[in-house]
Amino acid sequence: MTILLLLIPAALAIGGLGLAAFFWALRHGQFEDPQGNAARILIEDDE
Amino acid sequence: MTALRKPTPALDRTVLTVPSMHCAGCMSKIERGLSAQPGIASARVNLSARTVTIEHDPATDARELVGRLADLGYEAQARRDELAPRLSAAAPLLAPLAVAGFAAMNVMLLSVSVWSGAGGSTRDLFHWISAGIGVPAIAYAGRPFFKSAWNAVRHGRTNMDVPISLGVLIATGLSLYETARRGQHAWFDGALMLLTFLLIGRVLDAMMRDRARSGVDALLSQAAQGAMVVGPNGGVSWVEASKLATGMVMRIAAGERLAADGEIVSGRSRFDQSLLTGESAPITLHQGDRALAGTLNLEAPVDVRVSHAGHDTTLAEIARLMEASTQNRSRYVRIADRAARLYAPAVHTLAALTVVAWLIAGAGLYSALVTGVAVLIITCPCALGLAVPVAQVVASGALMRAGIMVKDGSALERLATVDRALLDKTGTLTMGKPLPDPATLRWLTPDEAAVAVALASHSCHPLSRALASAIAGSSIAAAPLTDVAERAGEGVFGRWFGLEVSLSRPQSGGATMAVALAIEGRPVRLIPFSDRLRPDSADALSQLAEMGIEGSILSGDRAAAVGEISIATGLTAQADARPADKEALVSRLRASGRKVLMVGDGLNDGPALAAADASMAPGSASDVGLQAADFVFVQDSLLALPRAFRAARRTMAVVRQNFALAIGYNVLAVPLAMAGLVTPLVAAVAMSLSSLIVVANSLRLARAAR
Repeated sequence: MTILLLLIPAALAIGGLGLAAFFWALRHGQFEDPQGNAARILIEDDE
Repeated sequence: MTALRKPTPALDRTVLTVPSMHCAGCMSKIERGLSAQPGIASARVNLSARTVTIEHDPATDARELVGRLADLGYEAQARRDELAPRLSAAAPLLAPLAVAGFAAMNVMLLSVSVWSGAGGSTRDLFHWISAGIGVPAIAYAGRPFFKSAWNAVRHGRTNMDVPISLGVLIATGLSLYETARRGQHAWFDGALMLLTFLLIGRVLDAMMRDRARSGVDALLSQAAQGAMVVGPNGGVSWVEASKLATGMVMRIAAGERLAADGEIVSGRSRFDQSLLTGESAPITLHQGDRALAGTLNLEAPVDVRVSHAGHDTTLAEIARLMEASTQNRSRYVRIADRAARLYAPAVHTLAALTVVAWLIAGAGLYSALVTGVAVLIITCPCALGLAVPVAQVVASGALMRAGIMVKDGSALERLATVDRALLDKTGTLTMGKPLPDPATLRWLTPDEAAVAVALASHSCHPLSRALASAIAGSSIAAAPLTDVAERAGEGVFGRWFGLEVSLSRPQSGGATMAVALAIEGRPVRLIPFSDRLRPDSADALSQLAEMGIEGSILSGDRAAAVGEISIATGLTAQADARPADKEALVSRLRASGRKVLMVGDGLNDGPALAAADASMAPGSASDVGLQAADFVFVQDSLLALPRAFRAARRTMAVVRQNFALAIGYNVLAVPLAMAGLVTPLVAAVAMSLSSLIVVANSLRLARAAR
């Protein structure tokens, strides 16, 4: 059962990383313009 | 990451709304087109909000930027302050939802091991870790519920959030106690899952409101935002509407709307007052006459001395009348809260009875309390919390695809009960703009039509625009013209293969609106214009009648004009109704027990729209109409009306089924809980299952708008 001591913190850390990434995205305006971001991939930057 | 860069102090930042952009091509055209121009550092489009944020030299003002966008082919307005600070309702709920979801999944993982038989010190360790994740997560993610519940309790009321908060808090407290005394069960997973499900419901509800609101904001563009003001030395300069003051002289070009009330000091022209009065025929105003803010100048430039600006205009007065009516409607209690009023006391009584019954039966205080708490947790209105928002979100999504925007979930509830419909005439039953007579257009030879469309496309006059778009629909290419000139108040003149051609005001000024098409050497063609009924209106009205909704016309227009439409549609009508009369009729009908739907577009309908049980406006409506209405339909066809009714009634049927499902689940689960048989495993499974069933049932509404 000692493997739990390694696995549980590892699982929590990975989950926490995802949560932190989401918060980062929320704070940095990644959800400001979902429609525009979807359309932006179609713009070619050939200038 | 140009969007995130802070503006350097030397640059100004201006936000313009551009309602007409809709694709990647528009975005790159606007961003590149603007960035390439002198004085503009950067331009960034937000397609969801239909805005473009421009960083520019302070020397360039907003009006000039609007002009440059017009050169690129996009109509734009400076964003008005009253629209700007609107915040999304969904955004503040996203972080709690993420935390609750994260914590629920991790704690559930640990709980599964406990249910699978982990015992002894392993179980204790798992419970402690669950507590470590669960308690802070519940404190953070539960705040929206705790706050709302506390507000309700403090004012002596109860809402759905009271049983939720009590359930979550008691479950957490008991779990902590159980964990400390190394007990068998902990409920952290249940409490977190409950919060997650409920937050999903709230986020969906908020997203629906955000989406409809941003759609309506994009449509708001009608009213004048300022005027060209004649200075003392004869020069003209642009002044924003909020800075106009009594005594200033505005120069109003043909095709412009007035930004303030005033008296005409020079010039004469015809004005379209339909926004204020509902009157469709334009009236002629001379020097000395009073012109009102919001009216449209049709013919010639006039100078108007401002008498009332800002909050003193007739327009603002109607807005105040509307505000008062809106307060009446806000007394409506949403169905979820009505259910909570019955549900919360019932649940709390049951839990208390369980404790008392177990005590009488001889159980210890501790085990009686645990059973009581189990009842509270199992009855936590998880499925009930999803029953209403999920159904409304799915239905409004379906309606939006059909071209009907729903501003608020409760609007669907209110619309479903309506049994009386009042329809405005101008702009609601009719298109609200003069259209050329189709029979006359068919008589034109292809040559004549080609000349007409070519001439019309050179003018911004409403009649020219209507003519151009009517002919353009019939695949006739514009004729090549030379020497085209527009003379204000007269018409458009040009040459076509050497022949003189013109599209002008007819010589004989009859009562009907018309334009004369003259081609040298041929007889003059008179094209009459009139406002026409919306397509499918007869079909739509008969469908309404079939649904048991009594309709009638309520218009501010002259009795004669209303009479024509009344005969054409077969509806009874009231004419010459002022805004206050319309509002009074709505209130009278409501007082006599009818549920009223008001369909209108103009400013003059604003108070009635706000006072009615539910209200609807076409997408071409005035600002006020769009803001006051619960529903906005963007297509021309009047079939949107019966479609919205059907969707609303189906939504309510599904909501009622959802309530039945949620209560049915309780009827099964509560006896088990009262008997003390509910373990955290049973609670978790039952809760998820009932939520899933409710969601699945609501998804059936995806085709509700057909």
